[in-house]
Amino acid sequence: MLVIHCPYCGPRPELEFRHCGQAHIARPLDPSAQTADEWGEYLYLRENPKGMHAERWRHMHGCGRFFNALRDTTTDFFVTTYKCGEPRPAVSGTAPAGGQR
Amino acid sequence: MSEWFAKSAAQAALTDVPEGRRWVLRGGDAALAAAGAAFGASLPAQAGGVARVAGTPRAALWLGPDEIWLGTSMDDGAALEAALQTGLAAHAHSLVDISHRNVALELSGTHAAWLLNSLCPLELTLEAFPVDTVTRTLFSKAEIVLWRTGEHSFQIVLGRSFRGYVSGLLAEVSRELAAA
Amino acid sequence: MSQNTCRTAAGGRIDRSRLVNFTFDGKAFTGHVGDTLASALLANGVHLVGRSFKYHRPRGLLAAGVEEPNALVAVVRDTARRTPNLRATQVELYEGLVAESQNRWPSLQFDVGAVNDLLSPLFPAGFYYKTFMWPRKAWHQVFEPVVREAAGLGKPPTEPDPDTYAQRFAHCDVLVVGAGPAGIAAALAASAKGASVLLCDEQPEFGGSLLDEPNAQVNDHPAAEWLKASLATLRGRANVTLLSRTTCFGYFAHNMLSLNERLTEHQATPMTGVPRERLWQVRAKEVVLATGAIERPLVFPGNDRPGVMLASAARTFLNRYGVKVGSRVVLVAGCDAAYLAAFELRAAGVKIERIADIRPAPGEAVHAAALSAGIAVSTGVTVLGTFGWLRVTGITLAHLADDGSVQDRETLDCDAVLMSGGYTPTVHLFSQSRGKLRFDEAQQVFVPGNSVERERSAGACCGTDGLRATLEEGSQAGTSAAEAAGKAGSAEGYHVQLLEGSMVGTPGVLPQPGNIPPSKAFVDFQNDVTSKDLALAMREGFESVEHIKRYTTNGMATDQGKTSNMNSLGFVSAEKGVALPKAGLTTFRMPYTPITFGIFAGYDRGDLFDPVRPTPTHAWAVANGAVFEDVGLWKRSRYFPRAGENMHAAVDRECLAVRNSVGLFDASTLGKIEVVGPDAATFLNRLYVNNFNTLAEGKCRYGILTREDGFVYDDGVIARLAEDRFHVTTTTGGAPRVLHMMEDYLQTEWPDLQVWLTSTTEQWSVIAVQGPKAREVIAPLVNGLDVSNAALPHMSMVRGMLGDIPMLLMRVSFTGELGYEINVPAGHGQRAWEMVWAAGLAYGMTPYGTETMHVLRAEKGYVIVGQETDGTVTPDDAGLGWAVAKSKPDFVGKRSLARPALVAKGRKQLVGLLTAEPKTVLEEGAQIAAVPEQPVPMKLIGHVTSSYHSAVLGRSIALALVADGRALMGQTVYIPMPGGAIAAQVVAPVFYDTEGAKLHV
Repeated sequence: MLVIHCPYCGPRPELEFRHCGQAHIARPLDPSAQTADEWGEYLYLRENPKGMHAERWRHMHGCGRFFNALRDTTTDFFVTTYKCGEPRPAVSGTAPAGGQR
Repeated sequence: MSEWFAKSAAQAALTDVPEGRRWVLRGGDAALAAAGAAFGASLPAQAGGVARVAGTPRAALWLGPDEIWLGTSMDDGAALEAALQTGLAAHAHSLVDISHRNVALELSGTHAAWLLNSLCPLELTLEAFPVDTVTRTLFSKAEIVLWRTGEHSFQIVLGRSFRGYVSGLLAEVSRELAAA
Repeated sequence: MSQNTCRTAAGGRIDRSRLVNFTFDGKAFTGHVGDTLASALLANGVHLVGRSFKYHRPRGLLAAGVEEPNALVAVVRDTARRTPNLRATQVELYEGLVAESQNRWPSLQFDVGAVNDLLSPLFPAGFYYKTFMWPRKAWHQVFEPVVREAAGLGKPPTEPDPDTYAQRFAHCDVLVVGAGPAGIAAALAASAKGASVLLCDEQPEFGGSLLDEPNAQVNDHPAAEWLKASLATLRGRANVTLLSRTTCFGYFAHNMLSLNERLTEHQATPMTGVPRERLWQVRAKEVVLATGAIERPLVFPGNDRPGVMLASAARTFLNRYGVKVGSRVVLVAGCDAAYLAAFELRAAGVKIERIADIRPAPGEAVHAAALSAGIAVSTGVTVLGTFGWLRVTGITLAHLADDGSVQDRETLDCDAVLMSGGYTPTVHLFSQSRGKLRFDEAQQVFVPGNSVERERSAGACCGTDGLRATLEEGSQAGTSAAEAAGKAGSAEGYHVQLLEGSMVGTPGVLPQPGNIPPSKAFVDFQNDVTSKDLALAMREGFESVEHIKRYTTNGMATDQGKTSNMNSLGFVSAEKGVALPKAGLTTFRMPYTPITFGIFAGYDRGDLFDPVRPTPTHAWAVANGAVFEDVGLWKRSRYFPRAGENMHAAVDRECLAVRNSVGLFDASTLGKIEVVGPDAATFLNRLYVNNFNTLAEGKCRYGILTREDGFVYDDGVIARLAEDRFHVTTTTGGAPRVLHMMEDYLQTEWPDLQVWLTSTTEQWSVIAVQGPKAREVIAPLVNGLDVSNAALPHMSMVRGMLGDIPMLLMRVSFTGELGYEINVPAGHGQRAWEMVWAAGLAYGMTPYGTETMHVLRAEKGYVIVGQETDGTVTPDDAGLGWAVAKSKPDFVGKRSLARPALVAKGRKQLVGLLTAEPKTVLEEGAQIAAVPEQPVPMKLIGHVTSSYHSAVLGRSIALALVADGRALMGQTVYIPMPGGAIAAQVVAPVFYDTEGAKLHV
């Protein structure tokens, strides 16, 4: 069970959290202007990178807030977490051993 | 017998907290500030914070950055509700009465934290979870709001239909204390 | 007791003043308090304790600890408390213990399955893969049942487990795993200045290898005294928790370690109220692994006969339990440390027939000590075989010349053979933590390399040799762990007096004449894998050690290869002619030792398996004979049978009562969300398919929520309480996910909206009063509130008082009849219900449950999300297209509703079905065909979603999703069933009061 750093509550047990898919996929402001392909991509196409991945999480059984996280899919470990609306932090390479503490 | 128990006499008690009034206040900073004025104390701004109004049964619990629970006794309920409505009138906010949504249990005794840690994953030492810290968390499969009211006492606020489940689990866990 | 013929006169840590009676395979024995089952059996001269897995060969004790592969026994308290597959070396003796051997029939001494041993040429590596390939059917009918009967380890209990199991989360600064010298030194150092320390050990007594060292002096005191004083110090520190009989079996991310504490297993009569075992989930800031090392067997022909065992085991049995494992002993040594067994046994009066060292040059110190003790030592020898069936009786030694020819062959009589191939550091937990192992060339073992977690290893588990180095390394590890956890520690130096031998040996298989791998030289004792099997696997092309492992099953038994992995690697690398680390390494996984299911179930059993959520009127429903059903976690009344009624009769009666008079229903489980703020209407408009700008205060609207993909997600009535306040209801099961979805859009897509959400599901108790007499029932209760059709028409709401209880009164109907839903604060729910009940008695008011609710709504064609929909149904598919506000520029799912696939012809549409035979009730989920007689696979055009007997219509009705169903009105379709196809006519999905007149009375 990982320790996840909620940007609002600090480090908390993974049990309290819920994973909510890939981060930084904004809903198009005018969906009706989207072609079928564009809309299909928004709905269904997601990345599956080996390495750093930006994800949405929610502190479901804590403060209830959604937030974003960078996680290294090769180690499972979080590198950093940040509030919704903030840009994806520039982190290169792989997560340090053990990830965010 | 595990050596874990040998250290102190085992004891804990679970009781119902008398009915009171409780609201969820959600809103922006201005609304929360205005509500604090009506409430009688600045509302907690730090994660897990609790604000009390000295000499009254009023307590404000931080449950999220825009979610504060306000509670008081039945007797003080109407007065507080009126004050809040007046104080908040000029600010966009949501004030919802949840007095009947939840029930509260008081768990007290030297082994209160020990009982909770059977199925609650949080660290509950006084250093990590001081008196007047509150948070939503889990107790086994039930979501609870856990509020440390004293060194050896906690309020467990939970959905009213979960009362039997949570108190049943605590009773089951405490059988071991009775045997010790 | 005279039975204990193999007991020493004195010594050991058993309580010789207290006898313990026990039975093994029905035969009575005695041992002492402090014995294990293994030591007590040996004290009675019993070596034969099990039969091997594949060949049913007689097996004795190989080891004295957790690594024991052979002596698996069942301990039986009663029919429900029968624990199979326990290692006899870890079963603590208690008065009256009943133990049974396993994997033999009819008896341990005479096992019919041992014929497998004679047939062993027929059971080579990969036997299962090769033998049962043909004919295909024979696997299920012949081979599998026979193999299943013959194979397997132990028998499970036949009754439910009556014991309780506990669980616990814990946090500490430093978790120390293993309470041998390194672990105790680490715990002392870490706790000295205040770090909270948890020290666990799988054994009943702390001390680890120190318990086997009678001659060691630590800091000028006998080791036993140092141990006693150190444990007293630790016990005296409030910041230290000591857990004995506690196995750390799993190492997970971020220093979460799982411990299995056994609380009552060792008690003759388990303490009442105390759980049998406990699962600890410990989050440690820092971890010290002090898990020790395990001695490797040597691999030579006949190395599995009872009486052939590890040298370290003989030391443990002697020093801890006062048991001599034989009277005439040959020691086959592959490392210096093994010599101590010979010295100590000799001192106890055992004749050492020979120390046969497989190395040409033993360490000088131990060699000299052996010679001065008068023990004959041969060097550079190999073992050609052993004799004996139920107990070893002799051993053949020889030298091999460079050309593989045999020289100096000699056979020695003996009743025990001790062997030692060196020690393997116990790196299981380190490896589980995803730390990288490093191969130590000098020691020929894998040791911890780079850490991933915040941990460090100390002592023999990282290849450290010698007691002094082990103690000091432990102390250093404890100090650095405390400091890393933000607390001070205090390392100590130690001085030690002890004759010691190095634990370094060479993994692999002893050389044999002609370099042919012998067939009965066992590498994996528990899975009966020999060096010949490994060689065969390699000849057949299995290169990777991972593949060899799976093909031969080497290391795949319940002991996870604790004694076999390194020898297997040594053999494979030698055969391939590569360095050992190049052969690869299999992965260690949790659990370190087998774990009972009980600790994972923990408190989650019986009534506490899941939360049971009663509604506010639960007590009334119980008192009035309700039959309940589980809906999600809720306990809901399903129907209220009267004497002699079955469900069908009760539901018919309840349905007719609602249609003809009035019924009472608890709808409290409906999800409720209060949506408040200046942008509340905007928010709901963006989410729901309906238009909420046009919903006036005091009015209700049926809302449909689709996901972004356009498929129906939830539905419910939404009431506008005020300009900026809506009362949104959801399905019973959908409440949490709808709130989650709303919060998602609000927090991440539209954070600019000024609107907030609060779950009020449990704030309100909802009492549904439904039926033509509903108004007459409630009118006298509402303190003069005008509830006439004019003042409170269908789909409107008003606040008021029900007696003295504040209420939110909604005129809504899920039955098609005049209906009200009275919302009262949940704490008043039962009292309000009883008020309505009393008022309704005059009208024959009938309580009804979810089953009747389902029939009534189906008669009206009202869908249930999750029953008529399945995540692939659009509002239009469900016949709800009328609710979609197409003029809105956007709502969640709108764009998707225009996707080609969602507007294509052939989509399944909701229709009604009337069977040709009115009494026939279709099965829900049954498939629908246009043509009854077709070859399989048939072309199917839909399925039945709901199906009931309708009392008011006097016939069956069904709802179905059928491709282009609305174009098939009046046509006949067929529902193929085992008894033949059932014909049904496609009709509109509203069966009763099609104009809806009854809603508006």
